Amino acid sequence: MSKQEIPVSLNKKEGRDVRPSLASRRRQDQATGRTFFVITVLPIVLVVVITIALAMRFWPILKEYSLWELVSGAVWKPGQGKFGFWPFISGTFWVTIVGVVLAVPPCILTSLYLSEYAHNSTREVMKPLLDLLAAIPSVVYGVWGVIAIVPLVESTLKPFFAKYLGFIPFFVSKNPTGYGILSGGIVLAVMIAPFIIAVTYEVLVTVSQGLREASLAIGATQWQTIRAIVIPQTLPGIIASVVLGATRALGETMAVLMVVGNVPQVPKSIFDTAYPLPALIANNYGEMMSIPLYDAALLGAAFMLLVVILIFNISSTLVLQRMLVRRPR
Amino acid sequence: MKKYWHRRHIVEAIIKGLMLVSFIIVAGSLGLILWTVVSRGLPALTWSMVTQTPKGGFYLGKEGGILNAIIGSLYLAGGGTLIALIFSLPIALYLKTYISDSKWGGYVRLSLDVLWGIPSIVYGAFGFTLMLSLGLRASLLGGIIALALLEIPIMTRAMDEVIRRMPVDLEQAALALGSTRLEVAARVVTRQMLPGIVTAILLAFGRGIGDAAAVLFTSGFTDRIPVSLMQPAASLPLAVFFQLGMPYPEVQKRAYASALVLTIIVLAISLGSRWLAGRLSKYVMK
Repeated sequence: MSKQEIPVSLNKKEGRDVRPSLASRRRQDQATGRTFFVITVLPIVLVVVITIALAMRFWPILKEYSLWELVSGAVWKPGQGKFGFWPFISGTFWVTIVGVVLAVPPCILTSLYLSEYAHNSTREVMKPLLDLLAAIPSVVYGVWGVIAIVPLVESTLKPFFAKYLGFIPFFVSKNPTGYGILSGGIVLAVMIAPFIIAVTYEVLVTVSQGLREASLAIGATQWQTIRAIVIPQTLPGIIASVVLGATRALGETMAVLMVVGNVPQVPKSIFDTAYPLPALIANNYGEMMSIPLYDAALLGAAFMLLVVILIFNISSTLVLQRMLVRRPR
Repeated sequence: MKKYWHRRHIVEAIIKGLMLVSFIIVAGSLGLILWTVVSRGLPALTWSMVTQTPKGGFYLGKEGGILNAIIGSLYLAGGGTLIALIFSLPIALYLKTYISDSKWGGYVRLSLDVLWGIPSIVYGAFGFTLMLSLGLRASLLGGIIALALLEIPIMTRAMDEVIRRMPVDLEQAALALGSTRLEVAARVVTRQMLPGIVTAILLAFGRGIGDAAAVLFTSGFTDRIPVSLMQPAASLPLAVFFQLGMPYPEVQKRAYASALVLTIIVLAISLGSRWLAGRLSKYVMK
């Protein structure tokens, strides 16, 4: 084929073919490849840099107190040099546990419903609905918590539990308001729900349709199929998605901050106030430069939060990546 | 033939009922949140609230609006999204066309997932230490950097998800015709995956505009509309938070109204991206 016959619609100047040569196109390709490679390594670098930067800011206080002193200390008086993180750590733990316990049963059932029972049309409706739920900013969840959940806890749930389950110390509290762990937990549960449902659903649809049909064909009910086929195949993934949801709850700041009451004490009941780590950081950033070691303590709180989240996150993400490889593209 | 009700059928019915109930709880809570915000926010929402900056005594219940926060938020999220896009698109394209499903791709995706899981308060704290070491004060620039860090994993993962789903044949056809990988990335993948890319950008923008914890340390808060990158900037989520913290009912009502404005913006972005993706998909080869 002679050169004139090649249909070249552009780059023709006075009959001369100025299409870039193969060599220059290849150079361009490789130069871009190298640039893109550098950019692509950035996320990995960023994870490491964030961890190291916060650890370095944490270091000054570790020279004065041992890590164990900091973690187990129950008194928080930065002005007097007392940095006990235990009230905040236990507060974070309680709020997260309550949120996850409330969120998990309905979330798993909903995703099972979506993957096993629901019509395609229901799924089509549910997807944007979950997206919307996930898109609502945390501060709006906080406003909702203050308007709707705190009064509900104060006027309905607390008297109810005190009346019928008052013999369990877990459910009674001297806290006169509705601000507390349960309110924080309810708000968190709603916040992490779309996340858990979406990930669990992704995991559930990796089960091959043939296995399901085989089970149904020998007379099993849907639920028996779920119990015998779907859940055993996907259990690691379901657990991983719950753990991922829990890490979201651990780090959630504004919505929780607005409804948990923020009193630095070790909670004893689900109606007590709590003061989770993210709330501690957010509330005190203003004065942290004025008291010695205060900034190290607060950024240390961020560091501890980060380390816990990294551990949970990496392990559950690895499990999920392995499971989701099987999903239909 | 008579139908026998075995135990398993009863269990089936109970489970199905439970599933429907939880489905309704999840869908209902969305409705409940929207209804709460709208019913409390709408009465307090006035025209002057969205067209004026705070006047003297605004936080005591006097004249003014939250225009400073609306504009500040748009600047912050816009700048953050722009920076995030500069990093995200190359990463997503590189993952698809250059390293595909290799081991390295797995590491990068893992680190992106990990970054996605890092809470925004940690990004805020990190941004703050970064600014301290650079000698920056709380400013629009600081907030934009913190939001960009927060948005990069969200945007990249969303882009990667759609770009991965591109049919392999299309890429292979382009390669077989002699295109370099760069040309595949720029002319085939980007065009073919345009709706998904736009959705990813808007998703990240929505997350950025709604985030309070990352900008708390880094961008500060002010009553004025910032005119340079070095000035502090207000943001809508923080405006909601601060107003709600005031002990005056008028100011708290304004917090509800501000929350409504924020919700409307975020939902408009979410719905808008769906619509836009639908419109753009006509340029996609089926």
